[in-house]
Amino acid sequence: MSSTQQALAFGQPIAQSRSSRPPWRYSLQGSDTAWAIAFLIPYVAVFLAFVAYPVVFGLWMGHDPTLYGLLMSDPRYVDTVINTLLFVAIGVNVTMFGALLLSGYFIRRSRWRRSLLVVFLIPWALPGFVVFTSIHFMLVTQWGLLDSLIRAITGEDGPLFMVSTSIAMASNIVAYIWKWLPFWTLIFIAGRMAIPQDIYEAADIDGATGYKRLVHVTVPLLASVYLICTLLATVWTLGDFSTVYFVSSGAPARTTDVLATYGVDEAFVFGYPYLGAAAMMSALPVLIPIVLLLTRRVRAAGVQL
Amino acid sequence: MSTALTARRVRHLRFSRMLPGKIAAALFGILLLIWTLLPVYNMVLVALDEEADEFTGAIWPGDPNLDSFASLWNEDNFLLEHFWHRFGNSIELGLATMLLTVAIGSLASFALGRMRLRGSRIIGDLALITYVLPTAFLAIPFVHIMHVYGLIDSLWSVIASQVAFATPYAILILHQYGKLIPLELDESAKVDGATPWQVYRRIYLPLMAPALVAVGVYALLLAWNEYLYQYLLVLSMDSATVAVVINQFFNSDEAPWNYMMAIAIVYSLPPIAIYFALRRFMVAGLALGGVKG
Repeated sequence: MSSTQQALAFGQPIAQSRSSRPPWRYSLQGSDTAWAIAFLIPYVAVFLAFVAYPVVFGLWMGHDPTLYGLLMSDPRYVDTVINTLLFVAIGVNVTMFGALLLSGYFIRRSRWRRSLLVVFLIPWALPGFVVFTSIHFMLVTQWGLLDSLIRAITGEDGPLFMVSTSIAMASNIVAYIWKWLPFWTLIFIAGRMAIPQDIYEAADIDGATGYKRLVHVTVPLLASVYLICTLLATVWTLGDFSTVYFVSSGAPARTTDVLATYGVDEAFVFGYPYLGAAAMMSALPVLIPIVLLLTRRVRAAGVQL
Repeated sequence: MSTALTARRVRHLRFSRMLPGKIAAALFGILLLIWTLLPVYNMVLVALDEEADEFTGAIWPGDPNLDSFASLWNEDNFLLEHFWHRFGNSIELGLATMLLTVAIGSLASFALGRMRLRGSRIIGDLALITYVLPTAFLAIPFVHIMHVYGLIDSLWSVIASQVAFATPYAILILHQYGKLIPLELDESAKVDGATPWQVYRRIYLPLMAPALVAVGVYALLLAWNEYLYQYLLVLSMDSATVAVVINQFFNSDEAPWNYMMAIAIVYSLPPIAIYFALRRFMVAGLALGGVKG
C-alpha cells in the first residue's frame, strides 16, 4: 500500500462521519463554558497578538493615499507589478497543469514509478531558501553548472541568465515550478485516488476509455480540487519572497523584483517601511476577492469548522 | 498446443504494441529524475569542490574532497564562526514551534470540535482566513510590532510568527481528524465524572496521536524551511539561525561558495531524514483536507 493510498484510507471515514454526526455534544453549562473558553484562550491570544494586530497595523501603515502616488511614480514599482503578475500567472498555472498531468503519470501502479515518486517529492521537503541558493549558483556565472552542461552537450556557450531581464525572470519561474510541482502533484494524486473505482468501471461499461475517460470522468471530478488548489497557490505565490530573493535577487539591476522583495527592500534596505507596506497592500484588490472565494469554496468542499 | 501458441502470440503482440509507450514512460521518468536532482547535485558538486571562490565549469567534481565539511565542523572561517550555535538555534526554533503549535492547536480544536461554545464558529473562520493569508505581506508590520513587544532580535519573535501561521493549519487538520473519534467516549467519561481537561488529556490526545504527529512535522518543517521572518527579526550573533548565516554568505562579496553549499547540505539533512521517516504522516496530513507546503 502506497503512502497516499494509506492517507486516503485514513481520509475516507471523514466523508461518512460528516453525514452521521452524533447528536450528542457537551451541553455547556457553568464550569464547562469556562473550560471551553480556557481551551480557546491560547489560540485567541496568539491570533490577536501576532495576526490581527499586524494586519490592522499594516492596513494603518498603508492607509495614506499619497503613498500610492509615490509608488506609481516609481518605474521600479511598475516593473515589479508586471513581474509579479507574470510570476503568479505563469508559475501557478504551469505548476498546476503540470501537476495534474504528472498525477496521471504517477497513479499508474508500478514499483519503479512509486520509487520515482519518492525521489520526485524531495524538492517539497527541502528548505526553499537553500535550494534556491543552489539554483542561483547554477545560473549566476557562465561557469555555473547549467552553462557548463550546455557547453558540454552542445559545445557552445549558454546564455548569461542573470544579464537579461526576461531570462532572469524565466529562471525565477522555473525555479518556482521546480519547488512546488511535487507538492501539488501529490495533492492531485490524492484527489485522483479519492475518485471511487466503480465510477471508472461504470464508464468502462459505457465504452469510455483512455482519452474519453480523462475528459468525461477524471477532469469533471477533479475540477473543484483543481480550482481550490489554483486559488490557494495564487494567494501564496503573490506573497512569495524567497524564490526571487535568492534565484535572481532582482538581477539585472533590480528589474526582476516581485511585490514581496520590492516591499521588503523599500522597508528595510531603503528605510521606507510605510512605502514597503503600501507596496504589499497594493495587492489587496486582487487578494481579497480570491481569499473570499477561496474560503467559500473550501467550506463548500467540506473542510468545515 | 495451438491455443497456447496463439495466446503467447497475442501476449507478444500486446507487449510489442505497448512497448513504445513503456519506453516513452521510462524516458520521461529519467528526464524527471534529472530535473528533480539537478539542483541537489549542484549543491554536492560545489560543496566537494576545492576552489572556494570560483566555479571551475566542471560538471564532475575534479578533485572531490570534504574540506568544506571539515571547515564547517571546525568553524574555521570568519563566516562560519559559531555555526553550530546557530544550528542549535534553528533546532530550538523548529522544536519550540512544533510543541507550541501542537499544544495550542489541539486545545483549540478540542474546544471547537468537542464542546459547543456559542460563537466559537467565528474562531474557525478566522483560522481558515489566516491559513490562506500570504505571510510575507505581514512581515513589515510584524517587525514593527516586535519592537513594540520588545521581542525584536529574540528567537521568540520568530517562534511567535511561525506558531501564529502554523496553528490555523493544525486546527483545520485536527478538527477533521477529530471527527473520527466517537463523541460517546467523551460522554461516558463525563458521566464518570471526568472534567473536560481529563477528557482532553486522557482520551482526546492519545487517540489523536497520528494527526498530532502530522501537525507537529508540518510545524517543524514550516519553521525550518521559512526564511523571511528569520532574516528580518533575528539580527545579533547570539540569536542568529542558519537562515541568517546563509544570508550573510549570500550578500558577502567573497563568500566561499563551497562552504555555503556544505551548509546547505547539512541544513537539508534533517528535513530529508524526516521526510523519509515520516512521509506517511506528512502525506496523511495533506489528504485530511488541508493543503499547505
